[in-house]
Amino acid sequence: MARIDVNHVRHSYLPNPQKDADFALREVHHTFEDGGAYALLGPSGCGKTTLLNIISGLLHPSHGQLLFNGKDVTNLSTQERNIAQVFQFPVIYDTMTVYDNLAFPLRNRGVPEADVDRKVRETLEMIDLASWARKKARGLTADQKQKISLGRGLVRSDVNAILFDEPLTVIDPHMKWVLRSQLKQLHRRFGYTMVYVTHDQTEALTFADQVVVMYDGGIVQIGTPAELFERPRHTFVGYFIGSPGMNVMPVAIDGKTATLGSQRIELPGAPKASGAVELGIRPEYVRLGREGMAVSISKVEDLGRHKVVRAKLEGRDIAAVIGEDETVPAEPKVRFDPAGINIYADSWRVEMGA
Amino acid sequence: MDKTWNNKAWFLVLPVLVLVAFTAVIPLMTVVNYSVQDTFGNNVFTWAGTEWFEELLSSSRFWEAMVRNLIFSFIILAIEVPLGIFIALNMPKKGWGVPVCLVLMSLPLLIPWNVVGTIWQVFGRNDIGLLGYYLNAIGIDYNYVQDPFDAWVTIIVMDVWHWTSLVVLLCYAGLVSIPDAFYQAAKIDGASRWAVFRYIQLPKMQRVLLIAVLLRFMDSFMIYTEPFVVTGGGPGNSTTFLSIDLVKTALGQFDLGPAAAMSLVYFLIILLLSWVFYTVMTNYDAER
Repeated sequence: MARIDVNHVRHSYLPNPQKDADFALREVHHTFEDGGAYALLGPSGCGKTTLLNIISGLLHPSHGQLLFNGKDVTNLSTQERNIAQVFQFPVIYDTMTVYDNLAFPLRNRGVPEADVDRKVRETLEMIDLASWARKKARGLTADQKQKISLGRGLVRSDVNAILFDEPLTVIDPHMKWVLRSQLKQLHRRFGYTMVYVTHDQTEALTFADQVVVMYDGGIVQIGTPAELFERPRHTFVGYFIGSPGMNVMPVAIDGKTATLGSQRIELPGAPKASGAVELGIRPEYVRLGREGMAVSISKVEDLGRHKVVRAKLEGRDIAAVIGEDETVPAEPKVRFDPAGINIYADSWRVEMGA
Repeated sequence: MDKTWNNKAWFLVLPVLVLVAFTAVIPLMTVVNYSVQDTFGNNVFTWAGTEWFEELLSSSRFWEAMVRNLIFSFIILAIEVPLGIFIALNMPKKGWGVPVCLVLMSLPLLIPWNVVGTIWQVFGRNDIGLLGYYLNAIGIDYNYVQDPFDAWVTIIVMDVWHWTSLVVLLCYAGLVSIPDAFYQAAKIDGASRWAVFRYIQLPKMQRVLLIAVLLRFMDSFMIYTEPFVVTGGGPGNSTTFLSIDLVKTALGQFDLGPAAAMSLVYFLIILLLSWVFYTVMTNYDAER
């Protein structure tokens, strides 16, 4: 297990990157603590797989440095870094048995056969495939194959980290849940450093202690699921996390008051914001009732556990979440719960101030 | 809706049946017809029964041609398959090199067979051929017209030049279908170059290799044009393969009966060997 320091890493797939847009990874500077469970969350093309491949050594960064437990590994090969990686599509060695698949990484490293046998049996127990040991790997289901991919990492007890690159994409929904909880369990029992790449917020929020949200080649926020939800540092995090995403609308700020069209909204503080100022509020903090700002309802989606109300406020789309039993009043109005209001200047969050 | 049960749909396959009858079945039956009769021309035929078959199977000329042919096919496969795999492994997987390599590889396959024969016939000549002239110039006694060994070497090199590309292209198709993740996983598992070949590339190429071996075996077992153009079956009978022998009998000597019997035996051998190959390799596949 290891602490992983990513020091000012930039990466471009072009031979001579000039401007920022040439970089797939603009600049990442972050420490993955030993034994932590991290998720890299972001839309396709935001650079999360690039970052993962840089950590595993499949890619060498154009700039920057990588430390494992303080030791510089920037120029070490994948094999020397001793990490495990699980890919989007299950990688198994078709012609081998399940047992031989798991033994493969050990045999490649010249581990004595007695130790191989002991480790493989342990790992088979861990991933729940003990009764399949002698079967050919090609006949297995997708989730079993993915477990073998994972097992090939777990079998080396000294791996520095286990990296996952959207590992559940091809797995059936009900197996996703099972595999995810097994992963959590493995993490709790053995304390591996795990980094999990996904574009699925549910996967990220349920798997990780710390979620790293990436956008356009950079990290926009690192935090616990609750922090990402309550205090998105960037409007992108607001949109991307939560369902529906955060309502963001341009406002003018004057002291403790925000002006949205003809409406005035009282703020809990007086933020110092300049540039393009926006107000963000999650649908969960928008209160629908008989007082406040008048809205016109466009539709109500009943999701079973709660309802999502889509409405227009000052000509802008706004979403509100209301309880399953609540009804929409005849002349609907909304209020913003002050606890849920965030102010953004040029897309970045500013502190509310006193 | 009620379903109507009748056999009218069979009329839909009638056109193809007629076509196959004219192109394959009727000519084959003509050969069967010839093989049991004797003729001295003038369209007069007499019944010969199994005489030609008995004569053929006891003739040393037939068996010698057969052994020659088997040795030839074996050598061809032993060179072209490993060489083809080796070249395919070393071809670029992306960039401008891909189309260049593919075109270069396809070139020999695009040349008509008699032209391939002519190219090598001239290429190997001692007086005007680049290869023959310079081999002799540097002191190697090379003469495919007189020396059976040289004739064999020429024909084998020619076939390798002509057909290795086919194996290369088939293997290459198998190789490029392997996702990058397999190579990345192999790196992470610390696999050696050999292990990557043995456990990732070879299994993925297995199906196309089966096709390559089958095609190359059948083609080389039926080879006619190229050796006919280069050596005409000589010197002596040293490069007389079954098909050359067959044409000599049928057209050279106009022995229609024996030639027809030989065709049938030849046909059955190829059918049998192909079936054996196919069964062995697909069974092997199923077992794994």
